[in-house]
Amino acid sequence: MKLRPATGRRLTNLAVSVWAGASALLGIVILFWILYIVVQRGLGALHLAFFTQLPTPPGMAGGGLANAIAGTLVLTAAATLIAVPVGLLAGVYLAEFSEDSKIGDYSRFSANVLMGMPSIIVGVFAYTLVVVPLGHFSGYAGTVALAILMLPVVARITEDMLRLVPNTLRESALALGAPRWKVTLAIVFRAAKGGLITGILLAVARVSGETAPLLFTALNSPYWFHTLGEPTPNLTVTIFNYAMSPYPDWQQQAWGASLLITLGVLLVTVLARFLVRERKA
Amino acid sequence: MMLKPALKRVPENPMPQDLGVTEASSQARPAARGDKTFRWLSFSCSLMVPLVMLAIGLELLQASWPALKQFGWRFFFSTDWNPVLQHFGAATSIFGTVVSTLIAMVIAVPLSLAIALFLVELAPPRVSYIAGTLIELLAAVPSIIFGMWGLFVFAPFMSRCVQPLLGKTLGFLPLFQGPPMGIGMLTAGIILAFMVLPFISAIARDVFKLVPPVVKESAFGMGATTWEVTRKVTIPYGLVGIIGAVFLGLGRAMGETMAVTFVIGNAHRLSASLFAPGNTIASALANEFSEATEPLYISSLVALGLVLYLITYLVQVISQMLLRRMYRSWSVGL
Repeated sequence: MKLRPATGRRLTNLAVSVWAGASALLGIVILFWILYIVVQRGLGALHLAFFTQLPTPPGMAGGGLANAIAGTLVLTAAATLIAVPVGLLAGVYLAEFSEDSKIGDYSRFSANVLMGMPSIIVGVFAYTLVVVPLGHFSGYAGTVALAILMLPVVARITEDMLRLVPNTLRESALALGAPRWKVTLAIVFRAAKGGLITGILLAVARVSGETAPLLFTALNSPYWFHTLGEPTPNLTVTIFNYAMSPYPDWQQQAWGASLLITLGVLLVTVLARFLVRERKA
Repeated sequence: MMLKPALKRVPENPMPQDLGVTEASSQARPAARGDKTFRWLSFSCSLMVPLVMLAIGLELLQASWPALKQFGWRFFFSTDWNPVLQHFGAATSIFGTVVSTLIAMVIAVPLSLAIALFLVELAPPRVSYIAGTLIELLAAVPSIIFGMWGLFVFAPFMSRCVQPLLGKTLGFLPLFQGPPMGIGMLTAGIILAFMVLPFISAIARDVFKLVPPVVKESAFGMGATTWEVTRKVTIPYGLVGIIGAVFLGLGRAMGETMAVTFVIGNAHRLSASLFAPGNTIASALANEFSEATEPLYISSLVALGLVLYLITYLVQVISQMLLRRMYRSWSVGL
């Protein structure tokens, strides 16, 4: 066998290493580029009025997005209230009872597929399911869309976290005579608490930045939030509408809202990762 | 192997609640009833997931039926999109989805594999941890923020720096002809690439990590360089998983909505130039749905959604099957 000269191989290796390092650097540069722009352009919009007042008509300076902030919080909370209990229980079935069950397998598979389903499709679904029968856009439709997006995430994370709990723990609780439901809720859940909270936080963070599923469900509104039965103001759709408008005031508000959403989502994500790390340590 | 609960052999309720009392049937014991309810409840919740999946498909099919009936097969091949004359065809949107996704994958796949290689093989553990976390944070940035950045910062950057350069050097190709407006297919594809990069590299990283060290070490022992080990050992070993990761990214790129809507220009037209504006299925939905009033218009938009649903479903299923096969054959749980 003929040996290839080592210099050529070393040079190739060096080139690939540099390429790999540069790629990682590019990813990080993009992240910081986006963060820098959002902070630089958004910071100017965040006055007290931004958090306390209603939006003004185009051309009028001042005003805020207090209604949209409240609306986004309500929509996210309502979706969380629906998706978390259902998702937790679905995860319990997948982790605790689904052994050798075809339906369990299929459910897990669907959850993975549903996680990759475009959020705008879920929006169209909520439109045909809620908006069409009710005859008008409403916060309920937005809530349904967000809850559907959260459900598979919560279910899969719950399953993974429950599977990490050692079986000996379940067996000792069962041996003491505790029924299965008590073992799951009082013992297994407690052992997996950190992981479950992390999973829910990540799901909430993901959903609170969503725009596409709200575009034609919750729509948007320039008024205060009253009930989920009418179009509900929210930050992300406001960003979309304001950014596409020709008014500099509105675009400025859109940057402020972008900063708020980005900070919120990234802080929750970092917090969740931090919790995971604490748990592993 | 995934932790399989060995609970099957343990009786459902090993001991009666009260040892002093013997009870005739397990039905009568409140604990057993509680267990039954709990099991049934969790079962129905987990059934919700496939049901929702199915319901989405059926609902889309039902709502798009009027349009499909009106236009038939021509809907998928017609480039007409005229709300005034009520002529609708999906071809421009499907074309835009395919082209923007292709651009994204051509850029994102080599980049993500290189990032995974850097994180697993080259970087010292601490650098790898920090860089890995930052790259994953990129996945947490909401789509609409990519859109804001894309429209106000990246598109002007493209029209000032990148597109004139491409026009000058590769302008003989029809792909890179036309005015450098910044907004268009190419910009959308590049932003999509940045958005799917963390997803592909996260799985590729797992795949690289899961290759048994012994296999890699024996190649290193033969005097192979890191690149040779990667090309000839790691990548062939994890090929199924890497293809699965690519499909996962593909599915994400096709359905990505807000960022694309901001920068693609939203024009229903076919164009050979990547500098020209276009649209994708997702961006057409985002842009036109809430303004559509005619039933046929709405139905046609839902039909576009149905096309996207079917394509992403197929891509996701392929990706899940590949990843599952890999994890199963390596006997490790995800």
